[in-house]
Amino acid sequence: MSGGARAYALHGGVIAVLFALQFILPAYHHGNLARIMVLASYAVGYNILFGYTGLLSLGHALFFAAGMYGMGLGIQHLGLTPAPALLLGLVAGALVSGGLALLALRTTGVAFMIVTLMFAQAGYLTILYFGEYTRGDEGFVIQQAQRVLWGIDLSDAGNRYFAALILFGSCLMFSLWLVRAPFGKVLVAIRENEERVRMLGYDIFAHKLAAMVISGTIAAAAGASYGLLFGYAGASFASVQYSIFPLLWVLLGGAGTVLGPFIGTLFMFYLIDLSSGVTTAYMLIAGVALVLLTLFAPQGLMGELRRRVWRGLP
Amino acid sequence: MTLLTTRGLSKHFAGLHAVEGVNFDLPQGEVRALIGPNGAGKTTLVSMICGRIAPSGGQVIFEGRDITALPAHKRIMLGMAYTFQITSVFAGLSVGENVALAARRRLKGADVGLAVDDALARVGLLERKAQEAGDLSYGHQRLLEIAMGLAQSPRLLILDEPTQGLAEGEIAEFKALIRELAGKTTILLIEHNMSVVMELADRITVLNFGEILAEGTPDEIHANGEVQTAYLGNG
Repeated sequence: MSGGARAYALHGGVIAVLFALQFILPAYHHGNLARIMVLASYAVGYNILFGYTGLLSLGHALFFAAGMYGMGLGIQHLGLTPAPALLLGLVAGALVSGGLALLALRTTGVAFMIVTLMFAQAGYLTILYFGEYTRGDEGFVIQQAQRVLWGIDLSDAGNRYFAALILFGSCLMFSLWLVRAPFGKVLVAIRENEERVRMLGYDIFAHKLAAMVISGTIAAAAGASYGLLFGYAGASFASVQYSIFPLLWVLLGGAGTVLGPFIGTLFMFYLIDLSSGVTTAYMLIAGVALVLLTLFAPQGLMGELRRRVWRGLP
Repeated sequence: MTLLTTRGLSKHFAGLHAVEGVNFDLPQGEVRALIGPNGAGKTTLVSMICGRIAPSGGQVIFEGRDITALPAHKRIMLGMAYTFQITSVFAGLSVGENVALAARRRLKGADVGLAVDDALARVGLLERKAQEAGDLSYGHQRLLEIAMGLAQSPRLLILDEPTQGLAEGEIAEFKALIRELAGKTTILLIEHNMSVVMELADRITVLNFGEILAEGTPDEIHANGEVQTAYLGNG
């Protein structure tokens, strides 16, 4: 099998396993996995900018929230049905990430981190400021009746799992296709040596801009889906914590690997879930695990697998 | 026909005149060597030609068009290629992918693969195509850098100290490669190895303290007393 066929077989296989799991998992883990898949989609989007293009954003919560509120406010105030509301969320994410990219990409390195962080904070404060419409910190519930997409009730656990799987599967396969396409190779080359790419005749700014819009739009798709599937939109999803989460998930799972974001999200979710069952100081256990992983697998779980087992793993 | 012209090209770094008022003409098809002592401004001059750094004053004209204000990537698309003095390949990508990145700027589909194999064969790295570029020896990384330049199929190929760190045998192969390109591709070569310069260059430009000290055929430059004092030494 060629490298490409093997890669598609592996990632297709993961999706097939996730499909099969819904029939055997107990209700609690079934619900968890649906949530993990949506959050992992968010991480997949983050990974395109951070893992493949080498741009560390600290403001992705802005894009996640743009999708969530684009969708949520559309349903709440414009009376949209879920399909156009989702679309509105995606458009909001694309516009916000494109706008921020135009400003933030004038900087590099630490300045880029700070500019993205500041704009995300401004976005968070904007949501609080317009509390009359957004209900601020408290957030608002999207009623069961408003969550029926083409006659499918997304508040039903089975439908919800399936919807999360479709979202995650699409994001994963898109990500795999992207990084194997010529465009994705240019992104990796920019990460490796920006100046050399420029001297091969590539427009660096245009490529970074496109990467940031793709990354932001996937984050927005995850945000919009999260709100719709779990019936709630709140300002906490725009807080700095939600900018740090995808960074952590991607680092743990392996930055610059297609499966890394999912593995990282899964690992972190269950690490906190299991350790909180043992002790109230569960963050201590999580912290120790993170330190160990950084010490012994600095490239993340999938990064380590690539180093040891399969060099060509995308 | 003149492919490249600079008029009054200057670069000042906080008062240091790295390059000062350089008027330089490079006819189509010529192999030109740019020599001079360390710090003479050779790399600064070619960096302004290919757009890596902006000049403090003066003009760069390529094929009759003023490109002084054009960003680097657009100059490359006009048919320039620049290989780096400090080896600058993509260490984490395969040798073939390094060259493919260079080729894909002008080619699509199956043509990319052909151009990659051709460029790698010409520098003798074809059997290392699947290897990771970071695992290559220093000399091979230099050759890969040249292969990336070849894959761009440029009108003007700027080579910044291409033979630095190459073994004797590799230098001989490099000379043969340049002779093969000569006539079809215009080449601007920064080089310290005098045997490479004397054997390959049609003409030589000598830079000293940011200004052109002399220009002429290898024999003329060899006989030039000023150049000997400034650069070749008078022992």
